[in-house]
Amino acid sequence: MKISESWIREWVDPDIGTDELVAKLTMAGLEVDAVEPVAQSFKGVVVGEIVAIEPHPDAEKLRVCQVDDGTEHLQIVCGASNARKGIRVPLAKVGAQLPGDFEIKKAKLRGVESDGMLCAREELGVAGDSSGLWELPSGAPIGECVRKALSLDDKIIDIDLTPNRADCLSVQGIARDVGVLTSTDLTEPQISAVSAETDRVFPVKLTAEEACPIYVGRVIEGVDLSAETPDWIKDRLARSDIGSIHPAVDVTNYVMLELGQPMHAFDLTKLTGEIDVRYAQAGEELALLDGQTVTLDDQTLLIADQNGPLAMAGIMGGKGSEITESTTDVFFESAFFNPLAITGKARAYGLHTDSSHRFERGVDPALQEIAIERATELLIAISGGKAGKTISTKTNTYKDNLESIEIRLKRLEQLLGCQFEGTQVEEILQRLGLEIIESSKDRWLTKPPSWRFDLQIEEDLVEEIARIYGYDKLPERTLLAAQHIEARSETLASRRSYMEQLVSRGFREVISYSFIAPELHQLCFQNKPTISVQNPIAEDMSVMRVSLIPGVLKAAQYNLNRQRSDLRLFESGMVFIPTESGEMTQENRVAGLLTGSRRPEGWANDVAELDFYDLKNEVELLLGRNIDCEPGEWGGLAHPGQSARIRLDGRSVGWLAKVHPKLEALLDFGQSVFVFELQENAVRAQAVPHFSALSKYPAVRRDLALVVDKALPVGELLAEVHDYCGDLLVEARIFDIYEGQGIDYNEKSVGLGLTFRDNSRTLNDELVTEKVEELVSHLNKRHNARQR
Amino acid sequence: MNSLEELQSAALIAVEEADDLKSLEDIRVNQLGKKGQLTALLKGLGQLSPEERPEAGAKINEAKQLVSDAIDARKSALDSAAMESKLSSETIDVTLPGRGGELGSLHPVTRTLNRINDIFATAGFSVESGPEIEDDFHNFEALNIPSHHPARAMHDTFYIDSAFLKESNKNESFVLRTHTSPVQIRTMEDRDPPIKVICPGRVYRCDSDITHTPMFHQVEGLVVDEGISMADLRGTVSQFLKSFFETDLPVRFRPSYFPFTEPSAEVDIQCTHCEGAGCRICKRTGWLEIMGCGMVHPNVFKSVEVDHQKYSGFAFGMGVERLAMLRYGVSDLRMFFENDVQFLEQF
Repeated sequence: MKISESWIREWVDPDIGTDELVAKLTMAGLEVDAVEPVAQSFKGVVVGEIVAIEPHPDAEKLRVCQVDDGTEHLQIVCGASNARKGIRVPLAKVGAQLPGDFEIKKAKLRGVESDGMLCAREELGVAGDSSGLWELPSGAPIGECVRKALSLDDKIIDIDLTPNRADCLSVQGIARDVGVLTSTDLTEPQISAVSAETDRVFPVKLTAEEACPIYVGRVIEGVDLSAETPDWIKDRLARSDIGSIHPAVDVTNYVMLELGQPMHAFDLTKLTGEIDVRYAQAGEELALLDGQTVTLDDQTLLIADQNGPLAMAGIMGGKGSEITESTTDVFFESAFFNPLAITGKARAYGLHTDSSHRFERGVDPALQEIAIERATELLIAISGGKAGKTISTKTNTYKDNLESIEIRLKRLEQLLGCQFEGTQVEEILQRLGLEIIESSKDRWLTKPPSWRFDLQIEEDLVEEIARIYGYDKLPERTLLAAQHIEARSETLASRRSYMEQLVSRGFREVISYSFIAPELHQLCFQNKPTISVQNPIAEDMSVMRVSLIPGVLKAAQYNLNRQRSDLRLFESGMVFIPTESGEMTQENRVAGLLTGSRRPEGWANDVAELDFYDLKNEVELLLGRNIDCEPGEWGGLAHPGQSARIRLDGRSVGWLAKVHPKLEALLDFGQSVFVFELQENAVRAQAVPHFSALSKYPAVRRDLALVVDKALPVGELLAEVHDYCGDLLVEARIFDIYEGQGIDYNEKSVGLGLTFRDNSRTLNDELVTEKVEELVSHLNKRHNARQR
Repeated sequence: MNSLEELQSAALIAVEEADDLKSLEDIRVNQLGKKGQLTALLKGLGQLSPEERPEAGAKINEAKQLVSDAIDARKSALDSAAMESKLSSETIDVTLPGRGGELGSLHPVTRTLNRINDIFATAGFSVESGPEIEDDFHNFEALNIPSHHPARAMHDTFYIDSAFLKESNKNESFVLRTHTSPVQIRTMEDRDPPIKVICPGRVYRCDSDITHTPMFHQVEGLVVDEGISMADLRGTVSQFLKSFFETDLPVRFRPSYFPFTEPSAEVDIQCTHCEGAGCRICKRTGWLEIMGCGMVHPNVFKSVEVDHQKYSGFAFGMGVERLAMLRYGVSDLRMFFENDVQFLEQF
């Protein structure tokens, strides 16, 4: 909320400067976002009146003005199009200092002498329309310093209020807190009841009792709304970013800013029957002040009359009962609406008004009559007219819901970790306006003032005491909490350990948004079901990812488009999968992507384009060597001949694949891209090592070259070899795969290096030879394998 | 038969002239071997009188020793010459770069999270995590944010379309968690105090501009035990910040409002950019807002059935990107999620 400092100081004027005032507010929880001077610093500028004006003899766009500065007439050459006889404008006399270290000197413009300058707002560092000279109010005293005449030595304080401090959405509220913080008494303007001079009243009925328990109304007849709102009101409104409309609206806005009570003014002649505060019937329509017509739902609280809706209660008035300059009879409304009846309603209609902002957070329920008196007093002073009687309508159900709150010294000291004197506590509570119902040296029963309905429990009072005492004076202590040492899992490695492994293998971590474009999902996974965001920030962020792959593909695309052709990327994060039973799975995964050359370009490096087996090695290193890969189709994203489901102990834990050439083309990759995705749990799982005795006996190695059918997966052959040889075979390595000359076109040669060892004896040659011969004949039977 | 002196000097000359190991070995065999010439002299000792034998024998052995030493010395000279020549032929350009790959990098957010985790781990905090699609109860209700609370408006919540839910759950409301605070609730549901945890993770807000991304990271902290006070909160938070920034940074606490803490505080650090003098980054205040915190609200304890008269606790929450930006001088929040390698390789 933006508010004028001088206005606050009218209510409470502690002997401290702006900086200290602002610091105190911020440190008391009323965070000051900005302090803006109303005008930049300047001097020597007075109110002047143009008393004569004639064209410049030698310049079409310039004119020569005679300006009255209160003591003499000065000749000033001016180029502004709005310069005309009779207006009062800021006059910077010779010697004046304008913002930006600009000094006004005597000058000749196209041969005509000029004894100063007439100013626009901008030239004085004042916000607002600067298209021409700043036309000052006609009552501004000629010759007076402009800063004084327009109270420009003021600052606008912008306070960012937390939702609990609804009481501070007014000058009165801020002044109260300043008073407490600086131990200064308030000097608020006296508001006295305006006595009735007419018998005219307008009846009010409260149908929605819970939603509107208090409605104060008043007739003011015979007003002249063409009267000008005084500058001091306009200035204060402007400094809170509220424009002037006509006296009736200006006055209600002024009272809202000053006291915190939003009000509404109706044109009395446009009201029929009686005011009824009720909920709308679904489908009722209301033309609002902002020009739009809304269709109401039955949750919307209305101010209505016999003919239908007049206003959306607490949010915005209606066009039909709007006050215009020709209105003579006004009906003021000053009501208390239950926050629950207003919250969310403005938003539901796409509205947010100063009024709804206050009613949603809560308005002081003791304020309605005072506010209407204040508004009446101000309006009559501006526009004349006669006030009717103030009519307060309260429902029987209404009671103030302020509960008494107990506060114990022990609890206070325990929560704040700091000792307090009982007298200190009591003094702070009283300064805040709390009524002390019962008091002992270490316990108080209190009742908050009507405007502090945010105070409800003991802890709220603890915060208030801490706030006024000063958070920064509270002690600091090193946390001493019981530290039990828990069992530490060795079967689940930390996330960090696999991340560091990937980093040392050259991968860079990316983080992509968890929501992706539906098209990208479609490209990768076709019609695989997803979970959607109801209110996405953009259509291309509307579907929760079911896999990390779309994100890493996007990251690759971004970098490939920026001349980075060798990429090794990974991401670790959550995916969101709807299950067939209508629930969802949220699980962590790890995905990786490789593209470009096998090694970075280098004089000694293998810079061949990397392939599926480079990818597979990375997966093997993450999961351990004993993974099983089975060919399979991974959505539409994978090359059908180069994609595999990964199994670990029979369980499916992920995929690895070359990206489908069609998708590569669609994403404009221009090179082969390889990806894997694994369940994070599988990556983190590890066995606790179990020692086995070292063999004292030498190993024997035999190499075999077997010719088999080309289509036979070597994985199957290897499994067969291990099965057949049992524990004697400690290792089987594939040292060569050969196809081509000397081998039938539908066959291949597999080079197998077999290492045998027995832990209890030295193996003799004959035994190993016999074993290998048996193996070859077994493989011949099973797979028609022959030694080459 | 040659005299001992002649044999000795001939042998020594031959040793000196030998220029490979083979000729040296030949000399050893010819002179000192079983049938060697010097060895043969020893056999001739029998012809001398017993009185002459010791002296003559000693002389012969002396000569043998001399020749043997000369052979060893020559051998070692040849060895080192051979080694030198081998080494010189094997000399390479050590300034050429090594063979193989390059290191990758962790994302700056992860790097920052690791740093935060490490600092709190030394103080005995363990790490908890929770789901990112969260139900209304954990994200709001249990945190004392009922459905009509004005604080909900501050959260710019992403709602999840319930279309995928089974009929019986259709009216359950799910959101993308707006903060990591629901993990507080889940932790307190799962176990009894004492609790000392941090909860890092992704969070989501429906907001996107220069200073907001719709997804970012937070770290939540929660301590619950008997006798926990605001002094413990202040101590923990300010020690953490000083540790994180590795400097005795001025830290201030000012009253604020969060529905799930009471009292609540906003924590500011002195601007790391201008050291408090006032600059564009701190909006000329000299301070930077760095985290929110407070004492756990009794209603939160009630929602997880923790006795709030017996236990008290504090919670804090901070934005990871903000810390990373300050620590590493990153100027634009949006860079964190563009995944530009030029950016990533700097960390």
